[in-house]
Amino acid sequence: MNEIELLNWARGPGLAYATIIMVFGLTLRVFEILSLGRAEELAEVRGSGVSDGWKMIFKRSLPEPRHWKLITASYIFHVGLLVIIFFFIPHTQFFRDVFGVFWSGWPNYVIDFFTVLSIAAMMYTLVSRFVDPTRRILSKMSDYFAWVVTFLPLVTGYMAFHRLGMDYTTMLAVHILSVELLMISLPISKLTHAITFTMARYYTGSSNGRRGIQS
Amino acid sequence: MSTSFEQGINTLKQVIDAPIAAYFSSCTNCGLCSRACIFYTETENPKYTPIRRVEPMRRIWEQEFTLVGKAKKALGLSKEVTEQDLKDCVELAFESCTTCGRCSMVCPVGNDIVYMIRRMREGLTAAGLAPKSLQDAAVRTMEKGSVMGFPMKTLEAMVKAAEKETGIEINIDKPDVDYLLLLSSAEVMQFNEIIASLAQIFKEAGVSWTFSSIAHEAGNPGMHMGASEIEAQMINRIVQAAEELNIKNVISPECGHAYMAIRWEGPNVIGRPYPFKVYHIIEVLDKLREQGKLKTTGCELERITFHDPCQAARRGGVNQPQRNLLNMVSSNFIEMKDSQACNWCCGGGGGVNTIEKAEPLMKKVFNRKRNQIEELDVTTVVTMCATCRNTLEEGIENNNMNVQVLGLTELVANHLLKEKKS
Repeated sequence: MNEIELLNWARGPGLAYATIIMVFGLTLRVFEILSLGRAEELAEVRGSGVSDGWKMIFKRSLPEPRHWKLITASYIFHVGLLVIIFFFIPHTQFFRDVFGVFWSGWPNYVIDFFTVLSIAAMMYTLVSRFVDPTRRILSKMSDYFAWVVTFLPLVTGYMAFHRLGMDYTTMLAVHILSVELLMISLPISKLTHAITFTMARYYTGSSNGRRGIQS
Repeated sequence: MSTSFEQGINTLKQVIDAPIAAYFSSCTNCGLCSRACIFYTETENPKYTPIRRVEPMRRIWEQEFTLVGKAKKALGLSKEVTEQDLKDCVELAFESCTTCGRCSMVCPVGNDIVYMIRRMREGLTAAGLAPKSLQDAAVRTMEKGSVMGFPMKTLEAMVKAAEKETGIEINIDKPDVDYLLLLSSAEVMQFNEIIASLAQIFKEAGVSWTFSSIAHEAGNPGMHMGASEIEAQMINRIVQAAEELNIKNVISPECGHAYMAIRWEGPNVIGRPYPFKVYHIIEVLDKLREQGKLKTTGCELERITFHDPCQAARRGGVNQPQRNLLNMVSSNFIEMKDSQACNWCCGGGGGVNTIEKAEPLMKKVFNRKRNQIEELDVTTVVTMCATCRNTLEEGIENNNMNVQVLGLTELVANHLLKEKKS
């Protein structure tokens, strides 16, 4: 298989398989959670909790002023990833081709800025897992795995764009393959939190809302 | 109740519900919960990171309720939870956690970590690992209806003393009154001035109330242990008392965990809604204030602050009533830096203050509260939980601080405007 064939495989069957695994896997994960059920609240509630649950999904995204270093780094790479995925012009063209929905991308220098910032922020979160004794003890192989598969598309994308490392075609194929690895990893790793955090926040927020307590 | 390692594991499997599965699925081991826990901040020991307290439960969840976990287990890639794992967890779930719930306020993915710790305790108790002090308290409560083992006779003596002091008749087992009043053991034992205080307040407000001889305390070691059968038995006594006396309002005492047990957990552990409403005593007093039935005179001029009990404020939703009352009787009420939902725990709740082994750690973590109090330069700390009050008094004494501790009901009673003749 030469680099053109590799790129075509990555863009074609590879992407299809990764998408199927990601969608099926994430659906299963959500079903696994929902199937466990939640007991009915029998105490007299102060509110239904539904609006508090929805509010919590957004409210807990607000940056916490304390422990600002880790939170700032986490905030930067989460926002950075979203910006890069959805506003890099070649990505917007991909979404247009696949889903038929188009929105304007952002200039390359902006995406480049977010990429460098995100890489630096991710490096910080990794170093802090080694340096901070609490985070070191908490961290498992699964946490490092999640970090690696998130980091790879960032770096390979940056390298492909700047024509670094391998030739452009191979680098682009490697980048797309790394994205597919990330997609496959979503349902089988810690990265599931990208979906289930909404459920976790809803459950907590609604429970708090029923009791009339702050989230 | 019979206990065994297998029962512990089975209980842990049973308590894992959709929220817990969502929480474990979402945790990224970021470690931010550690910074919210006094047992971590005051010791800087990573083992006290809240999410680590439920690690055995996480493994059971992964191995039993996820396809990936089942595959890992089949391939021998994950270890099953052992009896030693559960034994190691006792220190983390019971001895160094007051279930204050501050960790649940900071988790970025929104995990209600203390909800999981509360469930973890159920598994440990089913495995026969609940601390002996809590088991003893549960036995005393089941046998005598009192956490500290005070029979009804003790309360009757207190009632007589309060009647003599105030000249007000206090009812026991009187049907069809407005309120059934429950106390905590600490109130019967140490802070029994609350009986006279409430007799006077209710007399002035024109409120009828009674004690019950079958349910005079609301403390519930069954909740601390995570023993739902025991918890339900205690709740059922209160339900029986209220139903037999045809009382529609039950008052939880100045005790955070009692409030959590009777107000929020109770109907869920007995499996049916109550035919009555439950209020924290401070909610009742604030309602009387709002209705103009609670009138006070004079004001505390010295600097006072308030310690929010975790189970009543952060976890129970009672945050404003105490402030309304404090502002009524004080002109110099100062909030702590972190208050209400984010208040720092005193370190004694959740059964920790009953565990002898936990005493040195409890003393150490009081450091946070000491600093909070000292930076305000107050003369008085007011609270609305007997356990907090005890812990504060002990901590203040141990640290040679020149601060007094008061219960809020007592403070309000000190300023009660007495109009009616008793």
